[in-house]
Order: sequence, then structure tokens, then C-alpha cells
Amino acid sequence: MSSIAVRRRSGRGKGAGLGLVAWLLGIVFFLPIAWMALTSFHSEADAATNPPSFGAALTLDGYREFFGTGGGASPWPALINSTVASVVSTLFVLLLALPAAYALSIRPVKKWTDVLFFFLSTKMLPVVAGLLPIYLFAKNAGMLDNIWLLVILYTSMNLPIAVWMMQSFLAEVPVAVIEAARVDGARLPTILARVVAPIALPGIAATALICFIFSWNELLFARVLTGVVAETAPVFLTGFITSQGLFLAKVCAASLVISLPVLAAGFAAQDKLVQGLSLGAVK
Amino acid sequence: MTATTTAPVATAPVQRTRQPSARLRAWATRAPLLPALIFMIVVTQLPFVATLVISFFDWNSLYPDARSFTGIDNYQQVLTDADLRRSVWTTILLTVAVVVVSLVLGLVLALLLDRRFKGRGVVRTLLIAPFLVVPVAAALLWKHVLYNPEYGLLNGLLHYVGGPQPDWISNTPLLAVEASLVWQWTPFMMLILLAGLQSRDQQQMEAARVDGASDWQIFRYLTLPHLRRYLELGALLGSIYIVQNFDAVFTITSGGLGTANLPYTVYQSFYQAHENGLASAAGVLVVIGSIIIATFALRVVSSLFREEVGRA
Repeated sequence: MSSIAVRRRSGRGKGAGLGLVAWLLGIVFFLPIAWMALTSFHSEADAATNPPSFGAALTLDGYREFFGTGGGASPWPALINSTVASVVSTLFVLLLALPAAYALSIRPVKKWTDVLFFFLSTKMLPVVAGLLPIYLFAKNAGMLDNIWLLVILYTSMNLPIAVWMMQSFLAEVPVAVIEAARVDGARLPTILARVVAPIALPGIAATALICFIFSWNELLFARVLTGVVAETAPVFLTGFITSQGLFLAKVCAASLVISLPVLAAGFAAQDKLVQGLSLGAVK
Repeated sequence: MTATTTAPVATAPVQRTRQPSARLRAWATRAPLLPALIFMIVVTQLPFVATLVISFFDWNSLYPDARSFTGIDNYQQVLTDADLRRSVWTTILLTVAVVVVSLVLGLVLALLLDRRFKGRGVVRTLLIAPFLVVPVAAALLWKHVLYNPEYGLLNGLLHYVGGPQPDWISNTPLLAVEASLVWQWTPFMMLILLAGLQSRDQQQMEAARVDGASDWQIFRYLTLPHLRRYLELGALLGSIYIVQNFDAVFTITSGGLGTANLPYTVYQSFYQAHENGLASAAGVLVVIGSIIIATFALRVVSSLFREEVGRA
């Protein structure tokens, strides 16, 4: 890398110019988010002006409105539901995917690539295809508007991604090291804890964060299968689809607060994000 | 499967006594896999089979007693329904437009980010951010905060240069949905392509440069062929996600103004019209469309995958 940088003699000016273009595009892409953040701290009157009032006084009114102190519905139940659905489903995913990935990488079963591709193919089945029977089943089983139904569905939604990602992370553990530990008399739990875990842990953490993001974002299942009790944060946001007079600051505050966990998880998993999103195909 | 069952037979006389333990060991190897496998089959495959069955019934959930088998009637109805045909067309337009535009933008950004410049990490972070906004929140942001004809940011900025003040969503509804999706998906494409750029053979590029190849020649004859499969992968994964898009259509236009895509139409036909049979038939059609894309996607993923395995 560094040798290339030194050798890049095609002119410092051109390089700097392209760097500037990159900066410019970065700012253009980020502008809507920056504007959303700024608007969330404006009063409703300042948020709805044309031309936009960039320098208007800052206030927390939008956030107060959002958190329901202004009289609207409180978002807390939805936020708690989303947290439960995302965190618990991610734990289930890890519980199911870790042993599966082990059987697909460290001690591979026969035809392990076929199994791997079966998992991937389920990810390509559109959600709408199974929505109706799931709805009918939930209705008959009395599980509509129940957060545990979402936990199960989110687990199935993320399991293929997790198996693929973890397979590729566990495959990075050198077989020779495991063999050496075995020869030295280490038992399986010891090998897993002392040899495999330290190497695979960053990858496992990234997998968990990505599963969390997908569950937190999910709308279609949540919209169809939940009502008042098990409503999740994205469903709460759909309450803002129709305009309600001056409400931009509140919408911005809501969107930002609900996006914060995803932004945090996404930046934490930044380095492994591509690997997860491309189902392990790109490293 | 055939390999597993025939292998013990071939060595039968000597191995016979060891066979049970060998089989036991094979199952012990498979055991960690089974919970995940069974879970996936039950939760994802069974509902689809049910969809397939329901799609052959005339079944409106408001009249549960009038349920009857109708063969391929639902499919005929779905395929001849003007609204549904339109939604198939909308789905294709939406998917192709978003995938192509975000892929091109993503390529430009990836090429820019592949160079060293001051603050590259910061720019990368700024560019990833749109992908990390909750989809519904992003759609709300575009609908209310950017597109609003009276006080949206777009018209606010146009105001400064004395430009027109269009009503974006009413004038160009599909384009409005597409723009918001391009904004969210460009970072995804950029990340995949950037990974592709960084996996180029640096020695080969160095050699080409020493031999006097121009930047354009290196891009055209080395970078682009290398990127081809990453471009394919981005396009196919993007298609799989965007064909299924529900959030943006639901939030920005609520499926109105000719923006209803197939997932939205399926949602509407059973959630609002309670037509279970029709919704299922439409769902099966979505699956057939996805399988066509998925076949290509799986081929690309598997070629990348085998290369990785071969390299390891």
C-alpha cells in the first residue's frame, strides 16, 4: 500500500482535487442526516420555514414531544419491544448459528457447502411469500400482537446470514492450532474457549451487531403481526406517515432516536459490515 | 448423499463390525447443525408450502365458509388484473433503477475512497451513515423533511437559487421513492466495490504502471475485469433486497400514485382486502421472480466462495 502511495506521482494537485470531490460527495450524502439532527433541535415554527432557518435557536422541545411529555403516545413501550425482539432474537441466532457454523467449518460434515447454500437460499425467499400463513397461524394460535412471535421470525430472518458469516470467521481459525491443542490433551470445551474463541470473537460480535440491526429495522412482519401491545419502534414511526400540522422537529427527533442504536451498532461493526451484508462472500 | 450411503458398503466385510460406531460418529458431527437446520425448515419452508396450497383456493377471510378449491383461477386473475400487472412493472422499474443508479454512484465513490487523501476515514463514515438509518425513519426524512413542497429542504435550497418549488412526491412519485432508496443503497454498493478494489493484485497493477500503462488503461483492463464479479454481487444482492422493499413505498406514497410494488400489493390484498387466495398467488409469483434472480445470485456467491476456499 505505502509503496503505491509513494509511487503515485501523477501530480499532487490532481490527487488533492479528487480528495476534495470525495469530501464534497461525502457531505452531500450526509447532509440529510445532518439536517435531520439540526431540525430535531429546532422549535416546530423554525423547522417549517422556507428558506430554511439554519441558525435558529436550539431547543429540546422536539424530543419532549416525542417522549410523550407533550401529551402524545409514549414511545417507550415500542422502544422496549424493539429491544426485546432484537436482543433476544440475536441471542437465539447465536445459540443456533454457532454450533452450525462449527459443523460447517472446523469439523465439517460431508457436503457442507450444500448445507451452507441451503441456508443462503432461504434468505432469498421473499418475506411476503410466507406472510399470510404465518399470520393465519398466529391468529389461530392466539399469538398475534405477541413479541415472541417476532422473536422467532427475526431469528429465522437472520440465521442464514449468521451461519454464513460465522462459518467464514471460524474458517479463519487455523486447523493446525486446534490439532496441536488436541495433541496436548485439551478437551473440546477447552479448545473452544482457549483457541477458537479468541480468534473468532470479533467476527462473532460483528455478526451479532448486524443481526441486531436487521431485527431493529424490520417493518413488514411487525406491521402485520403486532398491534397495540407488541408494537415495535418502526411501527411506532409509521404513525408519522400522515402529516399532523407542524411536526417536523418531532419527526426528526423520533427518527434520530430510533436510528441511534442502528448507527451505533453499524459503526461498531464497520469493518465486518461488508462481509455480513454480502453473506460472507466478500471479505 | 449417495457418497455417504455407498461408502460403507464398498468396504463391507472388514468394516461391518465398526459400522454402527461410524454412523454414530457421523451423526455426532451432524448434531450441532441440526437445530439450526430444523428451525429454518419449519419457519421458512412450511409457510411457503402453505402459501402454495392457499393460492389454489378461493378464500376471502371475511367469508370463511365460502372457501373452495379453484385450481389456477387465482393465478389467472392475478395475471390478468390490471393493477397487479402494473405493480409487477413498478417492481421491475423500481428495482432496476435503484440498483443501477446506486451501483454507478457506489463505483464512483469506491474509486474515490480507494485513493489516499486527508480525512478518508471520516468521509467513509459520512458515506456509510445513510445505510444505517432505520428504513422507515429514512423514508419519513425524505417524505416530510426533504420533499415537503412548502418547507422541505430541497425546495428551501432551490429557493436560494431562485429555482422552481415543485411538489416532488405528487409530480414524480416513483422517482421520489427511488431517490430515497438510492440514497440508502449507494453506501452498500460502495462498501462491496471498495472491498473489491482493495483485493486487487497490487503487484500486477504496479507492473502495469511500470510498463507505462495509463490510469485509464489500468482501470479498463485490470480494475474493471477484477470488479466484474463484485459488481454482479452488488447488483444481485441489491435486487434481492429492493425487490422486497416495503418500507419506502409504504411510508412515502402508501402505495398510491402508481408506486405500489408487489410486496405492497400482496400486503394490501390480504391485510386490507382480505383476499387470502389472491394474495397467496401473488406471493408465489414474487417467489418465482426472486428464484430467477436468486439462481444468478447463488452462482456469483458460489464462484466467489469457491475462490476463497481455494485460496485458504
